[in-house]
Amino acid sequence: MLYDVLIAPFADFEFMRRALVGTFALALGAAPIGVFLMLRRMSLIGDAMAHAILPGAAIGFLVAGLSLSAMAGGGLIAGFVIALGAGLIARATPLKEDASLAAFFLISLALGVALVSVKGSNIDLMNFLFGSVLAVDNPTLILIAGIASVSLVVLALIWRPLVLECVDPGFLRSVSRAGGLAHIGFLALVVMNLVGGFQALGTLLAVGIMMVPAATARFWARDITGMIAVAVGCAVVSGYAGLLVSFHANLPSGPAIVLVAGVFYALSVAAGPVGGLLWLAVPRRHLEA
Amino acid sequence: MPELRLHNLTLGYDRHPAVHHLDGTVEPGALLAVVGPNGAGKSTLFKGIVGALRPLAGSIERNGRDARAIAYLRQVAEIDRSFPINVYDMVAMGLWRRKGAFGGIGRHDDAAIDAGIAAVGLTGFEQRPIGTLSGGQMQRMLFARLLVEDARVIVLDEPFTAIDAKTAADLLALVRRWHSERRTVLVALHDIELVKRNFPQTLLLAREAVAWGDTSDVLTAENLLAARRMCEAFDDDAAACAVAAE
Repeated sequence: MLYDVLIAPFADFEFMRRALVGTFALALGAAPIGVFLMLRRMSLIGDAMAHAILPGAAIGFLVAGLSLSAMAGGGLIAGFVIALGAGLIARATPLKEDASLAAFFLISLALGVALVSVKGSNIDLMNFLFGSVLAVDNPTLILIAGIASVSLVVLALIWRPLVLECVDPGFLRSVSRAGGLAHIGFLALVVMNLVGGFQALGTLLAVGIMMVPAATARFWARDITGMIAVAVGCAVVSGYAGLLVSFHANLPSGPAIVLVAGVFYALSVAAGPVGGLLWLAVPRRHLEA
Repeated sequence: MPELRLHNLTLGYDRHPAVHHLDGTVEPGALLAVVGPNGAGKSTLFKGIVGALRPLAGSIERNGRDARAIAYLRQVAEIDRSFPINVYDMVAMGLWRRKGAFGGIGRHDDAAIDAGIAAVGLTGFEQRPIGTLSGGQMQRMLFARLLVEDARVIVLDEPFTAIDAKTAADLLALVRRWHSERRTVLVALHDIELVKRNFPQTLLLAREAVAWGDTSDVLTAENLLAARRMCEAFDDDAAACAVAAE
């Protein structure tokens, strides 16, 4: 009985197995990035960049149809352009990064939807917005897995300057030139993972598997390694459970995955060991020292 | 060979000079206090010395040393206290110049980090997240990082502001230890009595050098009065400076 609920959908159907591998790879690559985005107070910037990818992917779609390389390539280019453009505008004009990115993302979302509607059907639009994790083919799977592998390697390489750039950027500037490179490398990782997430979860939810587990992790760990471990675990379990929920309850899979992650988040806000609301309500005696 | 040589140095923001035509040298092993009213240009001078600010005119010679090799404690630390990092890792960052982004940290380095933490009296705080430290503890941790940096030239911008007398005395002892190790130390300070008791040389700065030399010659009543008369505000109607650039 338990087997039927938990294992059978994946044992019986290849598309479910593919979707599971895809979401696991996504979880491994995106969750650590999400933790850094959250710690750098760039959570909404991640969201904005996910939407910014849409017009790039839409142009790829217009040019070459549902070709993975065209859409992924277009998405990557658009993502980098927006990331660098917003950064430049923040440095050169009085408008801060959050406002310039807000402007970019609204324009990108509208532009992307308009472009897709020119040639695509409603189903195409739905896939762009909400993803099609149940329809990942081998090339897409290889792309997602490749992105996750590259992400983990690059993150390990830029770890030290990235952490220092988050906590004490002035000190990093005074001892090294690595800060700028680490920042750009990090943005590149964000864009890559969003492009990967876009294939599986669509533009509106790609950032969901990046940010919701990261927000959850805040309530379980006090050090960054612990946070990343919790975020990855949460993302992986959300992918698995979300696919099961979508299979048994006949719901779209992208939203189901993000909803399961959301349930974990809500539980953590309520009862997580680090700052959960429950512990504020329960009176506990203070310690001796 | 002087450790630092300032040639007709002008530093400032938006073409307004905050340090104006400063000339002088700092010998190796000097313990120099930089004193002056608020807005006198002390922080600006230090930013120029460590290479964070490019001169508007003139130059700084650093005895062939890379500006990045100068250890610098800024006046206001832009540290994100909510970041989940502990005291040990923050102090370990002082090894950056020797280890870079990938160098491993061995037992020898662990010993240096432990020694630095012990020297500032923060033993037992190694695993504490930095967000739980008080102001004085944070300042002591930054001093520990400076110790680990092991630099020959050290620049401190108002290191004792807003910390208690005991901590200030402990940190001052560290400064004196650096001096006895023949490191060159520059410290910006407001406390004239502290300077008179501890610093053999002083630069009295009020945008331009009012006096520079032995502390007893520099910190006279008339010099201090002259410095106080300096105008803090930038003059929006000022003409281009007539003194010829060299």
